[in-house]
Amino acid sequence: MTAFVIRRLVQSLLVMFFVALVSFFMFAFVGDPVNQMVGVETSNQERAELREKLGLNDPAIVQFGRFVVKAAQFDFGISYQHKKPVADLIMERMPATLELSAVAALFAFFVGVPMGVYTGLHRDSFLSKIFLTVSLVGISIPTFLIGILLIFVFSVQFNMLPSFGRGEVVAIGGWTTGLLTGSGLKALIMPAVTLGLFQLTLIMRLVRSEMLEVLRTDFIKFARARGLSNRAVNFGHALKNTLVPVITITGLQLGSLIAFAIITETVFQWPGMGLMFLQSIASVDIPIMSAYLILIAFIFVVINLIVDLLYYVIDPRLRADRGAAH
Amino acid sequence: MRSLSFVAATAVAASLLFSAPAQAKSFKWAFQGDAQSLDPYVLNETFTLGFLGNIYEGLVRLDGGLNIIPGLAESWEIVEPTRWRFHLRKGVKFQNGNDFNADDVVFSANRVRADGSDLKTRIAPDVKVEKVDDYTVDFVTPTPNPILHSEWSTWYIMDKEWAEANNATAPSSVTEGKDNFAAFNANGTGPFMIKERQTDVKTVFVPNEGWWNAANKKHNVTEITFTPISSDATRVAALLSGEIDMMFPVPVQDMNRINSNDGTSVLAGPELRTIFLGMDQYRDELLYSSVKGKNPFKDKKVRQAFYQAIDVEAIKAKVMRGLSTPAALMVAPGINGYAEKFSRLPYDPEASKKLLAEAGYGDGFSVGMDCPNDRYVNDEAICQAVVAMLARVGIKVDLLAQPKAQYFKKVLAPSLDTSFYLLGWTPGSFDSWNVLYNMQGCYDETSGNGKFNLGRYCNPKVDELTAKIQGETDQAKRQAMIEEAWGMTLDDVSYIPLHQQGLAWGKKDSVEVVQRADNQFMMYHVQVK
Repeated sequence: MTAFVIRRLVQSLLVMFFVALVSFFMFAFVGDPVNQMVGVETSNQERAELREKLGLNDPAIVQFGRFVVKAAQFDFGISYQHKKPVADLIMERMPATLELSAVAALFAFFVGVPMGVYTGLHRDSFLSKIFLTVSLVGISIPTFLIGILLIFVFSVQFNMLPSFGRGEVVAIGGWTTGLLTGSGLKALIMPAVTLGLFQLTLIMRLVRSEMLEVLRTDFIKFARARGLSNRAVNFGHALKNTLVPVITITGLQLGSLIAFAIITETVFQWPGMGLMFLQSIASVDIPIMSAYLILIAFIFVVINLIVDLLYYVIDPRLRADRGAAH
Repeated sequence: MRSLSFVAATAVAASLLFSAPAQAKSFKWAFQGDAQSLDPYVLNETFTLGFLGNIYEGLVRLDGGLNIIPGLAESWEIVEPTRWRFHLRKGVKFQNGNDFNADDVVFSANRVRADGSDLKTRIAPDVKVEKVDDYTVDFVTPTPNPILHSEWSTWYIMDKEWAEANNATAPSSVTEGKDNFAAFNANGTGPFMIKERQTDVKTVFVPNEGWWNAANKKHNVTEITFTPISSDATRVAALLSGEIDMMFPVPVQDMNRINSNDGTSVLAGPELRTIFLGMDQYRDELLYSSVKGKNPFKDKKVRQAFYQAIDVEAIKAKVMRGLSTPAALMVAPGINGYAEKFSRLPYDPEASKKLLAEAGYGDGFSVGMDCPNDRYVNDEAICQAVVAMLARVGIKVDLLAQPKAQYFKKVLAPSLDTSFYLLGWTPGSFDSWNVLYNMQGCYDETSGNGKFNLGRYCNPKVDELTAKIQGETDQAKRQAMIEEAWGMTLDDVSYIPLHQQGLAWGKKDSVEVVQRADNQFMMYHVQVK
């Protein structure tokens, strides 16, 4: 077990190293940060001095080495635009993103699963067809368009929900939350729906196909033969057996939710990491870009690691195979 | 239980909010980005400086029509051609209660020229700043400078004691990796104070009750909230839904939507920025062209042919939806030195073809064009229109439109990696000399002459005249020289000026604001009905 974890950790570090490497060499093409930092009247000489001070004249490999050494000590430098340590900036904005992603994931799960069960059980009902059609729309329309449509319906037409921001937030220690205020909850609805819609569709279709599969199996037939109620068969036996892959997928998708929050955050001016990342691209704020990419890689790596470990715990075959190999 | 009591607390807070006195007037506005820093010397950029202009003040101010009026200086005089004397306003206090006096002016003059400042051009390094008494300061220039104070409406005076107490005597420098107190806290003399600020989320202002000019205040607000909203569609939606009272910029394609909505409208006006096309007139062979061994842009006929092939009225109607003013000069009306007498060369594709044939390019040629796609209003669409218009006279243009970060890296000095490009320019001093020097001057990397003359147009006679204009204190003579210089550059077809883009602010009909052509929003003009 320990050997397995250590091996996975080493692999994870390698993955992050390569993410850093690839992103770093992409930075050569994003433009010139110095131009974004100074006004038009700054002389070329001063620009050159600044470039030198920031170490932008060094070969990419030297810059990369410096970055890796510092990042290993959790020092991601100072943002060019915000003039604050990047680690602080990310910590300030992380609660907003994590809260949004978590709510979106819960929404997707708790709406997606019942919809999936329903469409699995009542394949030909009218409502099922509506669900499937709507889910097709959810998959095919890009996130930003969904966001803008929601804004125009619920903010502009009906004036029900705020079109931007997080509402009032409450600070608890270093964490800010919008879950405790009315305006914060209202502000959360549209971004969470926008972000979670794709996952919802995915979960619904997954549950549906799993349900269809499970309902055909012998043990369901036996359960029915035992005279159990429909309810007990459908939810107690069938649904339970579909949930393992569903939970795996939901867990793995959590990483994508955090990573793809970029678009949703931009549309709703949600003050999270994704919005900051997008703005940092426009202003070539390399310290923020690199730290964000590393962080996202880290999140993916951790989630994958947890999922692998869970498999290891749950699935005895995996343990047996590994054991035999040693 | 805890959450219940919290809900109760929120409800109480909300009811308190609603039962506040009836005269409480709040105002909410949004822009596409946030002010980059609260330190007024860190970035020479219109929005950041305009934002800070609500908290800080300079020795001089600009009125709604951009005329220089007294600010923290009550009056000034030129005692000798090289000595300007400023009489400071008495009884002015900073927002922390400190007195404003000559020491603060001397301190600010040093700080704005210190390392890390991006506003060093406000006062030349060789200008001496002398304190005469507590309320009189002299500025001694090495040579006469008629426009010494032209950019001082955005040179904000900071409190010496406050800066020293908080270890903020120099503007922050990102490279030194230390936090700058002044970047996150503000202490000006201006009409508003910051009550709360979360970078990139919101900033809450309240009126400064101790403002020296409070008796003449024009606004009637008790609280102002600023929110950056970067997405155009969301910013428009926030205005339409009534969540904010005012926002800018309005995307030109959404102007009709805002005007047709009940209770909102677009406030449009001319901006000082001139959008123009430039051509590489220096290299012996263009970097991006089918013409080898020579540079067609060295021939004035070719430059003029390009000029006359472009239908600027069509760009105004189709691309800018009417929100632009075609320009003959490289400066806008309202810039010192602008002259009515110049007019654009007529749009005439036939004449253009003839000129090309005379220059030996009867069959046309191809040339690469650089264009930003997120810097100016509809910049990429303008370039696409230009490409289509030039195609009609046989010029094939390969357009490369990029985000500003990549675009500026490519075209600006030192690389100057372009043959044909689109750029926009507002002279920070609102004076023609700035444009003559930066855009028309012969390019010289070391002296900074012609720093933004990316095509390296060069006419030594213009340079001579520009140098004279800089030192001429007689306004009438100076104007005549500026006009002469414009005449020469137009004669050379040094650039192809296109238009001044328009400003578009969206606002509720129930609020009144003053739109300034420099796109700075001064909150002390806000009236909420």
